Parts: sequence; structure tokens; C-alpha cells
Amino acid sequence: MNDGPQRAGSIDPMLPAPWRIRRVRRNTRDTFTLDLEPVYAGISLPFLPGQFNMIYLFGVGEVPISMSGDPESSGAMTHTVRAVGTVTRVMSRLKRGDEIGIRGPFGASWPVEEAAGKDVVIVAGGIGLAPLRPVIYHILARREKYGRVALLYGARTPHDILYQDELEKWRGRFDLQVEVTVDNVSAGQSWKGNVGVVTSLIAGARFDPAQTIAMICGPELMMRFTMAELKKRGIGDDSIFISMERNMKCAVGFCGHCQFGPTFICKDGPVFRSDRINPWLSKREI
Amino acid sequence: MSIDTLEPLLAEHPFLQGIKKDYLQLITGCAKNVRFEAGHVIFREGEAADQFYLVRHGKIALEVYLPERGSNSILTLGAGDALGWSWLIPPYKWRFDARAIETTQAFALDGKCLRGKCEKDPSLGYELLKRIAVIIAERLHATRLQMLDVYGARE
Amino acid sequence: MCVRGADEPFVEISTADVELCTNIRPMGAGWRSQVAAVEVLTLLCSRMVAMLIASLLLWILDRPGADTARAGCPIATVMQDLLSGQLSGYRGGDNLTTMTQLGDKFRLERAHLQQLFDALKRREYQIVGPTVRDGAIVYDHLNSVADLPIGWTDKQEGGRYRLKKRNDEALFGFNVGPHSLKQFLHPPRQRLWRAERQGKSFEIIPEVDKSPKYAFIGIRSCDLHAIVVQDRVLLRDQYIDPIYQARREDCFIVAVNCGQAGGTCFCVSMNTGPKATFGFDLALTEVLEGEHHFFVGETGTEKGREALGEITHCEAGDKEQAQAEQIVAHTATQMGRTMETSDIKELLYRNYDHPRWDNVALRCLTCANCTMVCPTCFCTTVEDVTDLTGEHAERWRRWDSCFTLDFSYLHGGSVRVSTKARYRQWMTHKLATWIDQFGTSGCVGCGRCITWCPVGIDLTEEVRAIRESE
Repeated sequence: MNDGPQRAGSIDPMLPAPWRIRRVRRNTRDTFTLDLEPVYAGISLPFLPGQFNMIYLFGVGEVPISMSGDPESSGAMTHTVRAVGTVTRVMSRLKRGDEIGIRGPFGASWPVEEAAGKDVVIVAGGIGLAPLRPVIYHILARREKYGRVALLYGARTPHDILYQDELEKWRGRFDLQVEVTVDNVSAGQSWKGNVGVVTSLIAGARFDPAQTIAMICGPELMMRFTMAELKKRGIGDDSIFISMERNMKCAVGFCGHCQFGPTFICKDGPVFRSDRINPWLSKREI
Repeated sequence: MSIDTLEPLLAEHPFLQGIKKDYLQLITGCAKNVRFEAGHVIFREGEAADQFYLVRHGKIALEVYLPERGSNSILTLGAGDALGWSWLIPPYKWRFDARAIETTQAFALDGKCLRGKCEKDPSLGYELLKRIAVIIAERLHATRLQMLDVYGARE
Repeated sequence: MCVRGADEPFVEISTADVELCTNIRPMGAGWRSQVAAVEVLTLLCSRMVAMLIASLLLWILDRPGADTARAGCPIATVMQDLLSGQLSGYRGGDNLTTMTQLGDKFRLERAHLQQLFDALKRREYQIVGPTVRDGAIVYDHLNSVADLPIGWTDKQEGGRYRLKKRNDEALFGFNVGPHSLKQFLHPPRQRLWRAERQGKSFEIIPEVDKSPKYAFIGIRSCDLHAIVVQDRVLLRDQYIDPIYQARREDCFIVAVNCGQAGGTCFCVSMNTGPKATFGFDLALTEVLEGEHHFFVGETGTEKGREALGEITHCEAGDKEQAQAEQIVAHTATQMGRTMETSDIKELLYRNYDHPRWDNVALRCLTCANCTMVCPTCFCTTVEDVTDLTGEHAERWRRWDSCFTLDFSYLHGGSVRVSTKARYRQWMTHKLATWIDQFGTSGCVGCGRCITWCPVGIDLTEEVRAIRESE
């Protein structure tokens, strides 16, 4: 249960509100970031890291996309989107000034409060870095509240690395450990960094397992393997959080599509503590 | 199948080829004969890994489950192959699923039993590890080649 | 104490006049001319004189057929009460239109049931109830008692439903058909909003609810429980469904306690019947005994009590109440199915890999019938459509089923591909995960899924098979 912004204010969770595209940035060949501003001045959409919006394209359809912007910047909304289906492909062709509809925010958030005073390990795979970026912003805005913080990020190839400029900036800080790896380097790419799966970065991450909160986001397989590695390092099930994904239509717990065992991913998730989800992750076709 | 008939059959398996009689006897003490029907799930990712299988006949697929793609076969093993080394490496949990694709006959060696005997007799342990290291190295090499995706078109 | 119905002319009397001699206050509809005549008399005489005349009238009327009259005739008992000075139905107060307290049992003659329809129509309800159509008893709009399935019953078994003529004229002598109230409260197709494009921007126009106020007649206890189960999902969780809320808010429910159990019924196992114990404005048990055809009823709400005030009825005597209880108790012994529900959630949770699922998968066609007829299934999907100009878009919501391949589609493929996984999803949701989600079972024991499955898959049997194998 998340008593929070998604039910506050006058925004109707069933009706999209119009937002305008202020800027479109190409991240990689299939991923882009939209910076949005509300069409009606004065409307803001406060959200917690890990929550998502349902983004509507007129006459095309609606898709769930996690927030990937700074939770503290009111009046702005940022979404990093991967063009994989009909709606997202149309979305990738939108330009500055175009309008889209937004319903939200929905869902349970990353445990940024619970992690205060502890070490934090953030493990992101591919597009999974986008829903975790608000966590990084949140932590960096109050850095003294947290212990050691490590960001481990795995992308498919060097060309698929998101937010390269920000990553380099973060890596330059003394109070943040940032490790990046890629699965493959194709011919013609020059890459002097790590090559290997993201789980291989865990051994070198600096944290005290007894006092750590881990947050993982990426393809389900990557999250399962990462959880196993983190547990080997001694982090308990009750300190690991993952972000789940299933077919979503209404985002308000009525259509039934996003059910995963006894949970509705739209309202009980998408962020789950791993001990709640583990029995269901080990079953097939759930 | 009694221990007496088991031992010579085990000796025939390529994994144990040329192994000293003493070691063979120790290993046989942890062995039994098993049979899987086609489609039978032998073990699942995350389960306790307490068996080491030496395949005699049939075919087993190592699989990985992705929710939107279902179970994907990443490797198949047949007669003469050895299945599983997670019983030897902590935390002793399977990293993949394994499913019999055809009716399969195999020897199942009890992992805990074997680990115990290796602790008592490190030279047995060394012998087993040498043979397993060969398998792991081969699989790793093969996986790297698979990863390079050399058959795919250039981007 | 009996009350005359509203369909006969009455004489308006000023309340002040009547107050003199009795504490009856006729308010609007309610009084027949005979009683009015008595009141006119009391205007002219003292109470004593009125009593004298009343007793004279009583003697005149108390002739052959007196027993019947006493049991069913309003006048006799009115007179009796006047004479005895016991106006038991009256509790004083200002705006009494009915005699009964909530929960009091009343008797309603079959002949007077139409007055219920009329009272509801006067209140502008759209009446919905069972009627025969296309070889089944379905819920549809009703105009009068004549539209009910008079003299019909149904024979239900796994994968089988047939209508059969009864050898009596019972109005509710059947069990539940393929319809439930779901299609009225949670409509199969519903537009959520429209959108108009204006250049780069667009405007969303919310849908205005135009649904009628429904009065549902003949609702069985299992379906009452189903409504409450859906209330929990659609009204009492994190969000509220405005469509369901609007339809649910002002509906009038006349429940009927089943006089017989169906071949696939198991409400007793699920603790959802056969007696309706809550959630109704009025509840009726049909009694047919030789020449007598009446209902023993109960008021459930103030709304029900008020409507009852316009319908001819009497207090139900002990004998009649006992008859009604007996009928319902007998129904409870006739259940066509049973389901052992102890520990059912844990039973299913630990058996997700049970071979029984493979067994049912060989039979299940994933036709989704069960989800269509189930009164608690709530899954929907949304469709965004646009016209050819591209200037107008609409979002529609329609029923969906977890049995479809699309239901679990997730970038590139579906998660639940096999029939086994989809059947397992439906059954474990209905009987197990629903409990974790909403605190109740999702199943109300109506048996529709068993009857309407083309291959007769029976979830009570599936649960039994898993339980017995442990």
C-alpha cells in the first residue's frame, strides 16, 4: 500500500492529463528521453522514486513508463523510453511541442527512507537504470544520510550505455562507487572498460552486507542472478528490492492483467522486497 | 541395481575413465541408478544442488526461464556427459533448470556424500576436481564462442 | 397488522381529524376505502361508537371462509386490532407508512407481487430479473410478474443446462442461469472517455454516467455474496471504480431464498447460502402449498421497508415462518456439489507443480466461458480507438479473461503460454490468491463455471483431486 502522491490532489487516476514535450534526447539507437512540462500551469506531479506513469498517445494507446527524473524538481517530468512496441515506437518520433497524456503516479516506491543510515548497492541492467536514476538523485541530494553507495551498471554494448555524461560525473565523485560493464563489444567499437555480466561487478563493490539495502532493476533473469550473487555476499532477503514488470492496462488494480501470484504489480509493486516475491519467482508461468 | 553391478558400469562412463580402483569404490558408494521420463524436470534454478549426474543414455537440456520467452535451452547433454558442478561449489544451489528431453538413464551421485568423502580424502577430491575442471573449462570456452554469435549478420 | 396496497382508491382525510380517535395517521398512499370509511365514522362519533360499528362490520365479514380471511384478509385483522386496541404495527412517530420493523417477517400473496413491481416503477427503478430467453433463464428488463419464468425450472450438471417445465406455477422455481448481476453493475462494454484533438493538443472529455437505477428482483444469496466480493475489489481497495460505484449506489435488491438446489450448486460449502442474510432491501421465500401461493418475506433496509408500505402484505405468522425456514433448510441438503475449503489457500499454494494441472489442461479449451459466467470475475481490458479522421479518440473498457493468450503478454511473448498455466491462474486466483488480495474467497459456490464449461470441468473436483493426493 502506498499512501502517497498517487491519490493526493485533484488528478483523476483514470483520466490522462495533458503534458507537453519540452525536449527529446536520443540516448541510444532505440532509447530516448522525454522531458515534459504540464500543459496547465501550476499542475505538478510529485512522485517517489520507483513509481511509474501511464503515458497516453492520442489515438494510439497507453504504456507504463517509470519516472526517471529528479523527484525533487517539481513541474517537470522525465521519462526514458525504449522503443519496443507500437506505442513506444510512435512515441520515439514525437518532437518538442507535441502533447501526450499522463496518468499517475502509480505504484510502490524504492525504499529510500529505509536505506537511510545504511550502505546502498544499486544494480541496473540495460534500461533498468532508468527507474533507478531517481534513487541516485534522491541519495545525492542528501548524501550525508547514507553510508557507502555503489552503482553497478551492465549494458549490452558500449553503444547501449544510458546517461553516459551523468555516469562519468558520478564516477568522478569521491563518495560514490560507479562500475560499468558491457556484455559484448562489437568490432569497430573501442572500449577499454569492463566486459562481462553485471553480476561480475558485485565482488568488487564496497559495502557491509549486514548494513546494506540493495535495489535491482533490469530483465527478470538478470535480477534473479543478481539476487543470488548478493545473497552470496551476505545480504538478506529482507534487504534486497527488485522492480517487477507484467502486462499493465489500467494501473489501478482493476483490470487484473498485472497480477503476479497474489500481488498486483501496479499497486503492490512494481518495487517488491525480495522475500515477498521469491516464492513466486521460482515458479514458472506465473 | 546392486553395488557390485554398479561399479563396472560406472567405470565405463567417460567421466571416470582411467580412474583408480580405490577412488572408483569410494565414488560408487555414493551412486545410484536413476531414470527420467521425457519431459521430467530434474532440477530447478535455486534448488539445493545435491546430485551430480553422469548421463548414460538419453538427452538433457539445461534451461533458463524468462517470463516472456518461457524456458530457453542453453545447452544439451547426452550419453557420456556429466551434469552439474553446483554440488561442489558453495552455496550448493542450482544455477539453471535441467529437463530430460528424452527418456534418460543416468547415475546420480550424492553430492553431500561425495563432498564428505573428499574432505576425508583430499586426494580423491583432487582427482574429482581435476576431471570437473576439464568440463567447466570446456563449457566456458563453448559459451564464449556461443556469445560471439559468429553466425549472425554484422551490424 | 395489515396494510392495504396503493392500487386501490382511498379517501384523503385530514390527519388532524383522525388523530382524535386513533393514532393512525394515513400518509399518502396506503389506505383503502373501507378503512377510510371507518375513519369517517370516527369523525362523527366517539371512539366507543366507532368500536361498536367496527365490531358489527367484523361480525358481518367473519363468515364462511373465515380462516382464510383471518390468515389473508386484511380487513379482518385491522378490525381485530382496532377492537383489541392493539395497533401493533404502529410505533408512533411522524411518517409511518409501513407497519413492519426491519427484520420483521411479512407475508405477501403471490397475487400482490405485481404491486412490488409497481412500487419500484413509481420510484423510477429499471427492473431487472430472471426471464426465459433462448432456452435459458437470464437476467433482463422486466415489466411485470408475467415476465418471470413462471412454472419453469432448470436442470444443471457439468457442461449441461436444460430448462424444464414444472408441474406447478412457481415464480422462482429454478437456480442461477448464465447471467449474474455482473453485466449490470460491471458492464461488459463501457466507454471511459473521449478525446478530441486540436492541433498538437487534445482534450479529454470524461464520460457522464447515464446508467439507470436498477431494481434487481429474484437475486439468490450466492449472487448477493458475489456483489459484496466485487464491492471489496472495486470500491474498497486502493482505488474506486466510478462506473461500478454509480450503478451500485442506488440499486434496489429483492432477494429470493432458493426453494431447491441446483445440480452444480455448492453455496453451503462456501458459506454463501442458500439463505440470504444481508445485502438485500427485501428478501422473499416462495411457498406453494396446494391452493396457497405466497411469499414469506423479510425487510433488510429502510428503503425496503418503505417500499413494502405500498404493497399489500401481512405479518407472517409462526407457521408461515416455519414453512419458509423449512424450505430453505431443505434446499441446503440438496446441494449438487461440495468443496472442502479448510486450508484451501495453502493447499493450492504448495501444489503449483501438481500433475493434476496437466490433467485438467488436457480437457480445458481455454474458451473463457467460466470467466464470463462467474459473478466475481472482474478482469477487463482497455482499448484505445480512433476514427478515420484521427481527430476523435475513445477509450473503451471491456471484459477480458485470463484464459486468453494476450492476457499475460509482455514485450515479445506471453508469460502464461500453456493451457495448464492459464487454467491454474484462474483457479488459484479464484480460490487462493484472492484471499491474500481481498480477505475473502473469490468463489461463491454458484456452480455456473461447472454448468457452462463445455467439457464440464468442475473446480470442486479439481480441488478434491489435489487434496486427496496429498
